Amino acid sequence: MRLSLSFRFKAGFAAVALTCFGTAGATHAQDTLKLGLVAAMSGQSAKSGEAIVRGLTIALDEINAKGGALGKKLELIVRDDESNPAKGVVAARELVQREKVVAMFGGLDTPVSMAIVPFANQAKVPFMGVWAAGTPITRNGAAENYVFRVSAVDELVDIALVDYAIKKYQTKKPGMILVNNSWGESNEVGLKAALKAKNIEYAGIEKFEANDVDMVTQLTRLKGVGADVLFMVGNVGPSAQVVKSLDRMSWNVPIVSHWGPSGGRFSELAGPSAEKVNFIQTYSFSGTLTPKGETVLASLKKKFPEIKTLADVTPAVGIANAYDAMHLTALAIAAAGSTEGPKVREGFYKIENYDGLIKKYAKPFTAANHDAIGPGDYLFTYFKSGEILPLSN
Amino acid sequence: MILASAVVSGLSLGAMYGLIALGFHVTYVVSNTVNFSQGSSVMLGAVLGYTLGVRYGLPMPVAFLLALVGCALFGILIERILVRPFVQRGSNAWLMATVAGGIVLDNVVLFTFGKEPRSFPSDLATRPIDIGGVGVFPLQIIIPIVGIGIAVALWFVTRHTRQGKALLAVVQNSDAAKLMGIDVNRMIVATYALSTAMAGLAGLLIAPLYNVHSEMGMLFGIKAFAVAILGGITSAPGVMAAGFIYGIGEALVTALFGSTYTQIVMFAIVIAALAAMPNGLFGRAPVKKV
Repeated sequence: MRLSLSFRFKAGFAAVALTCFGTAGATHAQDTLKLGLVAAMSGQSAKSGEAIVRGLTIALDEINAKGGALGKKLELIVRDDESNPAKGVVAARELVQREKVVAMFGGLDTPVSMAIVPFANQAKVPFMGVWAAGTPITRNGAAENYVFRVSAVDELVDIALVDYAIKKYQTKKPGMILVNNSWGESNEVGLKAALKAKNIEYAGIEKFEANDVDMVTQLTRLKGVGADVLFMVGNVGPSAQVVKSLDRMSWNVPIVSHWGPSGGRFSELAGPSAEKVNFIQTYSFSGTLTPKGETVLASLKKKFPEIKTLADVTPAVGIANAYDAMHLTALAIAAAGSTEGPKVREGFYKIENYDGLIKKYAKPFTAANHDAIGPGDYLFTYFKSGEILPLSN
Repeated sequence: MILASAVVSGLSLGAMYGLIALGFHVTYVVSNTVNFSQGSSVMLGAVLGYTLGVRYGLPMPVAFLLALVGCALFGILIERILVRPFVQRGSNAWLMATVAGGIVLDNVVLFTFGKEPRSFPSDLATRPIDIGGVGVFPLQIIIPIVGIGIAVALWFVTRHTRQGKALLAVVQNSDAAKLMGIDVNRMIVATYALSTAMAGLAGLLIAPLYNVHSEMGMLFGIKAFAVAILGGITSAPGVMAAGFIYGIGEALVTALFGSTYTQIVMFAIVIAALAAMPNGLFGRAPVKKV
């Protein structure tokens, strides 16, 4: 439905706007190496796209200040996928075929990234995921896999969610409330496997649509079957609706969530109960920062004056993943010594060490592993007054 | 318990669908046209209410009133620019034009209001009250009351006021009404203003339970049109009743079979109902006397 009535006008407007304003970096096209981003720049997950652009831009500025890659400056070209897989593929195709990008970055939505993966592999253009966590994005079964990721992986996140729910809440019968799309499905598989490994039965599985107003019925079913913890997977809007529905039911059940709530104004949308949601992240700007963290935060404040407090650097995962992904991609291009897709792909495998924002990467990519971030890099957080704070337990 | 909870959820959503679908009804019976940007009018009501009441701090009643006036003006614009010129030329292009009008509005709001969904705070949707073991926000009780109230008021106005009777005259025979001195065009404009104002009211009512963003009305608009057709678009009580049937049906399907099947089952039911009763549950086949 969204597809049929969705926005031709907006697509046109966005294309024009982004063509005019959507390039970070500078100079003439022929003097630069172009990198593309296909992400949600509008709609409910717009804040995620903004965060990714910020992270990529800060890294890009740092790389260009040191001369760029292969003697050329890097240029970022942004396209809005409107969280719509079909539009994502069209945008990716345009970036590769018309703009001749060396590599592409992906956005928040697993369904969009899943749609782009076959095209990236076919076109032999590296596609770097910086947010979408769907397991099959990188583990896509292609003989020549051009998809890499600096982000969480559902399968590993699900293990971490289950471990956390056991440790903190001693769950014996958790329920799942999942968005009804490929991201929800990816996590359904992952959570079932993770629970099976721990010999824990799940109470029930309920789905919701991204535009659902009221989830009381689904949650009442889960309550009826005795769920003692809820695993939640959904973007910020519907996640907030889950919390509001729980408030209406006066059901005070612990919620252990994937990182959907971090994609927007979760505190505002979900109300005071937003604080009850424990969700996973790969990075937080709160607490004691590493020197690299301090530098990036200072650069963000300088480049984007609207950033004044830590509440303004949410979602941190989008910024941090994108920042490290841009540096790793530049290293891969440098290691490849070429802009040809197959050589850049090999270049990713040649990266030895990179002292990044999220961690110190050592051999982040191999032919068998296209995910630079593992379960040891996850942390649990919660929202307080618009800021994402790490949980100590 | 789960069924009671489903009925409560379904009642407020059903009233919403009914209210928006009434907008389809009023323009259809008077002019044989419908405004397919009704979903966008829902959004416009909520966005104007939020902007005036929350962002600019106007007293809520004033913000609501101005939001409804804004929606009514949008309806007038739709009729004057996107419907009348096509109808006068005997074209059905108003259908696509109103869809396009909605898309334009959605995008204007996207670029002015902002990309992110915002919360519309309301005390009526914060603390639930317990009714027979089911938690209910006061707003969820208010929405069906307002919905039914509007439907009754519409019925009363058309039966017992001079303007309402003029409207009925246009419905029955617009040429004869014109000969009797009724300004038919003015009547049609009025129904468009009324329909978008009703959609705007639905948006204002649902906003605190949901959130406010430029795309919020799209699904409501589509479901409300299904409701209007299901109820029999020519019957105001039928349309309102179909809203409740659809809303409660949706919640009951979720309660009984799980949410995975909700949309499949509900739209299958709508198709089956229309196959069995082509004029909707409460509609009548039009009779044309020659």
